[in-house]
Amino acid sequence: MTRAGALLTRRRGGAGWHWTDVVTFLWLGAGVIIMFGPALWLVLSSFKSPAQLSEFPPTLLPYEARTAAVEGYDKPLPLFVVTDEAGTRTLAEVRRVGTVAQMVDPANPAEVQRINIASRTPDRAIGFAWGNYVDPFLRFDFLKYTMNSVFVTAVATLITLLTNSMAAFALSKYEFRGRNAVILLIIATLMIPLSVILVPLYSIVSAAGLMNTLWGVILPTVATPTGVFLLRQYMLTIPDELLEAARMDHASEWQIYWRIVLPLTAPALAVLAIFSVVWRWNDFLWPLIVLSRQEVYTLQVGLNAYAGELNVQWHYLLATTVITMIPVVLVFIFLQRFITAGIAGSGLK
Amino acid sequence: MAVGIKHLAGAVATAPLTWLARLIDPVLRLWQRLAGRTGMIAFFLTPNMAIFGVFVLFPLVINVAYSMTTGGALFLSDRRFVGAAQYQRLLSCADYSAISTCQEDQFWTAARNTALFVVLQVSLLITVATITALILNRDLKARSFWRAVFFFPVLLSPVVVGLIWRWILDRNGLLNAGLDAVGLAPVNWLIERGWAFAAAIGVTIWAHLGFYALILLAGLQAIPRDLYEAAEMDGTPHARVFWRITLPLLMPNLLVVIVLSLIRAVQVFDEVFVLTGGGPGTATLFLTQYIYEVGFASLLKNPGLAAAASILMGGVLIALTLVQLGLGRRNEKRGKLK
Repeated sequence: MTRAGALLTRRRGGAGWHWTDVVTFLWLGAGVIIMFGPALWLVLSSFKSPAQLSEFPPTLLPYEARTAAVEGYDKPLPLFVVTDEAGTRTLAEVRRVGTVAQMVDPANPAEVQRINIASRTPDRAIGFAWGNYVDPFLRFDFLKYTMNSVFVTAVATLITLLTNSMAAFALSKYEFRGRNAVILLIIATLMIPLSVILVPLYSIVSAAGLMNTLWGVILPTVATPTGVFLLRQYMLTIPDELLEAARMDHASEWQIYWRIVLPLTAPALAVLAIFSVVWRWNDFLWPLIVLSRQEVYTLQVGLNAYAGELNVQWHYLLATTVITMIPVVLVFIFLQRFITAGIAGSGLK
Repeated sequence: MAVGIKHLAGAVATAPLTWLARLIDPVLRLWQRLAGRTGMIAFFLTPNMAIFGVFVLFPLVINVAYSMTTGGALFLSDRRFVGAAQYQRLLSCADYSAISTCQEDQFWTAARNTALFVVLQVSLLITVATITALILNRDLKARSFWRAVFFFPVLLSPVVVGLIWRWILDRNGLLNAGLDAVGLAPVNWLIERGWAFAAAIGVTIWAHLGFYALILLAGLQAIPRDLYEAAEMDGTPHARVFWRITLPLLMPNLLVVIVLSLIRAVQVFDEVFVLTGGGPGTATLFLTQYIYEVGFASLLKNPGLAAAASILMGGVLIALTLVQLGLGRRNEKRGKLK
């Protein structure tokens, strides 16, 4: 404890505390709570039963009510710890009428006691409601949504990498008329968001017969100007002599792209791949418009549909939200440095 | 050993692609002989530019046409040309001091909400992001951990962000439990107009703070150390160092961050839509949601009106983008001068 204290209070140069140090510690401490806290709360809540979720104030950890099989009753009965003038004991509830509960001692099921509910607390232990995670897969279309999301993310990322790198190759390694015009066009649309072209895009996707298909979600997103731009900047740094040497050895242009330029662009491709996975996994507005039939929903659209129901089933909704979060959290844990490097380097988002 | 496995895994994963690439090589060789280098350039450019043209460029162009037509028909050829009538409908008010007298009062409400949101959210976001970047730039132990702390929500999907906070801000949620624990009355965060708007601002800041802090941190780290050392030798006070060295040298990054966050704030939609659905009433109805509702979600769809509104919003975005490109060019010039 003292060592931890020493670590926290130690300062460069060993000088005393400056007010900026106090601000720093407060800011970072609050940062951990505010940034991680909500997600942690989501995960904790997702393991609670519906009854527990409606409790106020909520408990920090998920609990499960203990039950006991009592002779003469079909279902297991919930147990309560009762404290009154007769002492403290554990009883099972048979039914409740207003503020009075009819309870029995599991050891002596014949005698029914009337207990005021103010004098009892549920008997429970920490337990996880795994059903929240299992049911959506078994009883709802959640598995379908997950598969749709995986398909969209994987296919869109593959197409993005291939088409963007081919275009970037042409725009960085060949001189031709109109090249600057193409580059300018791409830069100009760098910041045009989907929300500006929703209406005409809808009609085009619909004319192509892609409404309510996953391809209708994938195709409009793959020709990212950002990707072309990023890859081109990287390819410009590859020396042309390498390409010339390959041409001397009768390599075809396709081979030059595939065998020489693409492997050398791997770091930039990795960054684009990571971003593309996160973008496509998280996409919401466009899938929401294209997909109106349940069987083609992606996770994000499915979650929104659950959340929009009149009677929101929070126990399922929280669990499915956690599942939706998992791939992105994995990316965050293992690939964060690629992303931070990408953002700090080029303002990619 | 580990490296070997990694290479093997990579080779296995790309094997089908490599095989495919080899398969089409003879075909492309023939094409190269027939069409020459120009043909190959066309081959490399076509897939991307075709998709780009069909799904980005073409929609961008015909959006203008859409905004000048009326009716519920989906395809442009079935729609009736009305000139500037949709714009007129969007923009005409009997009395410009009262939104309720406007013909399309929802649009004005959305525009006013968006304007207020942009001003408040961006100024707060930039302030918090700058402080965070300054703190992360200090001599911290485990800086990459702290950076990750603030960056974490950036990757979460807007739907997840919206749901996380909807759960926390619920009437029986964690925040009210906290208030209850310290003896304060609970608040209906998402049901009272003012609080819902504040929640929209707070949640979007929470979600994007790390992204901007990261860019600012990169800017701070690029400031040469010797400037600070020189200032220290001269005994310059901290405040003066900040105003005379840190802030001016951070300015290029700060401007980029401001413009980027403005562009994002104008389009605010996903998180807030999941959080509040635009409500209560129209308290958190923003422009993108207005376009979505008018164009797609409402019973009386009006694609022409939605297109007109999206073009007005696009105009604002293009202006902001031009500012950004201008700033980028200025930064480049400065870099060259150095």
